[in-house]
Amino acid sequence: MIKLEKVKKVYQSNKQNVVALKEINLEIKPSEIYGIIGYSGAGKSTLIRLINMLERPTEGQIWIDQKLMNQLNDRDLRFARQEIGMIFQHFNLLWSRTVRGNIAFPLEIAGLPKEEIDQRVNELIQLVGLTERADAYPSELSGGQKQRVGIARALANRPKVLLSDEATSALDPKTTDSILELLQEINKKMGITVILITHEMHVIQKICHRVAVIDDGEIVEEGSVFEVFTHPKKSITKEFVKQVTETKMVDETLRYLPHDSSSYILKCGFVGETANKPIISQWVKTVNVDVNILEGNIQYVQDASYGTLLIQINASKDKLDESIAFLQQNGVEVEVVEDVRYQ
Amino acid sequence: MFDINKWQALLDIAVWLQLGTAFLETIYMLVLSGIFTVILGTPLGILLVLTDKGQLLENKVVNIITSIIVNVFRSIPFIILMVLLLPFTRWIIGTPIGSTAAIVPLIVGAAPFFARLVETSLREVNKGVVEAAISMGANVSQIVRKVYLPEALPSIVSGITVTLIALISYSAMAGLLGGGGLGNYAIIYGYQLFNTPIMLVTTAVILILVILVQIFGDSLSKKLDKK
Ligand SMILES: Nc1ncnc2c1ncn2[C@@H]1O[C@H](COP(=O)(O)OP(=O)(O)O)[C@@H](O)[C@H]1O
Ligand SMILES: [Mg+2]
Repeated sequence: MIKLEKVKKVYQSNKQNVVALKEINLEIKPSEIYGIIGYSGAGKSTLIRLINMLERPTEGQIWIDQKLMNQLNDRDLRFARQEIGMIFQHFNLLWSRTVRGNIAFPLEIAGLPKEEIDQRVNELIQLVGLTERADAYPSELSGGQKQRVGIARALANRPKVLLSDEATSALDPKTTDSILELLQEINKKMGITVILITHEMHVIQKICHRVAVIDDGEIVEEGSVFEVFTHPKKSITKEFVKQVTETKMVDETLRYLPHDSSSYILKCGFVGETANKPIISQWVKTVNVDVNILEGNIQYVQDASYGTLLIQINASKDKLDESIAFLQQNGVEVEVVEDVRYQ
Repeated sequence: MFDINKWQALLDIAVWLQLGTAFLETIYMLVLSGIFTVILGTPLGILLVLTDKGQLLENKVVNIITSIIVNVFRSIPFIILMVLLLPFTRWIIGTPIGSTAAIVPLIVGAAPFFARLVETSLREVNKGVVEAAISMGANVSQIVRKVYLPEALPSIVSGITVTLIALISYSAMAGLLGGGGLGNYAIIYGYQLFNTPIMLVTTAVILILVILVQIFGDSLSKKLDKK
């Protein structure tokens, strides 16, 4: 569906070159929600803006539906753009137009007749739940409502692709969730391919199917969200995963544990099926150890659950090895946590 | 200064009729030159923005030429511009004197001034909105008509207000070259016939006109501004 091949982008400013993207290869399947996560300055906006040619690649090729985007002439590019919707962090609505007028805007550009525009605008207003506010100006709307207008506007010409450049970054957590749910609903209902960039793992966790991690102009890790979540490889990916899985409490919890040289702390990961089995009680009975659960949490990623437990056991080294073996046999991921006090 | 005979002139109905005629001449000059100033100045302002670096129709040569023309006409003092334009005015209107003839230098003087105001207004339009329009596949003309102009309208209306007020003062100067209007009237009575009262009354009328334009322009701009 969307393919980026050896894409490179260099900005030239004041005779100084900034390499924003080094060599990006990316393939996005139809109807998936593809997330790209990275810190500020990593090249996310540049990457997403290359897809609709708001930026031209310095090298490489960008394909959408067998169409080589970077070689279209101006006219064909304008038509191609009508099939790609885009939403923005700061909404970018027209202040001078009402909700209705803003949503009608792309339809006017596409040259639809007046009656058709009116009808389509009504459908879209309903879709994003703004029926009550149809005649309000953007300055009279909340951030979440503005983004709903942005989404309706982006969908007006029934695009096949929706690009989202940090669409929830200016919103509070609750509004963020409602916007993400709307995007998910639209993806399910219309099968539209969504590409979103963000610096928040929460956004990826909540709605994305696949994710790429971008760092300093390069994609350093890529895969299904579940895989990347449960088994992050690069340290930057681990940092992002920590944003949502690990509470800051872990270090605190360890710090205040009573000193006891004969105890170990295990971090156990339960993926999918294993999260639903009574493994801990079986372990206690089989190996005969005392366990003390320090902390635990369960995450839901793409309708699957992923749990983490922090467990303290008072046992000998033999018992510890036996425990680890038992847990691993049962599909639990085990890691012995170094006691922070000795670090 | 306080000569009772001269104040008595204000009781003469003919004086008020002349004043009314002068007022209408001024309005006539203002309306016509205002309309043409907007018609000529707006595209110039748009051109200044669009041909600038990094803009939709980036073109260094056109940008520099437009900019020079605008700056030159804006820098020539109006009174000199009027004289310089005499042959041109005669060629277009047929005569260099009268209210209609005065409109030519008024437009030439005000259009570049207004073009700069339009340029400033357009530059204040949120780049993100322009970008959104591009991402929807809008062409340059659609971006100008549907984004730049409507989004900048409140600010452009303020620009028109400022320009109209400048035109009122220019048109008073045009009176010097027989352009008629309130300026002409004030000069004849105040400077040539030394009738201070009539000059004061005429000045007051000009002042009220300026204030009315300002109030009306401000409130219209405010009403259009949905930000
Ligand atoms: N128009 C531009 N001109 C020059 N440098 C740019 C431009 N846009 C972005 N950059 C640079 O490219 C890099 C990536 O920027 P960007 O894609 O905006 O990152 P992100 O969206 O991940 O924060 C940054 O170093 C930024 O300074
Ligand atoms: Mg960005």
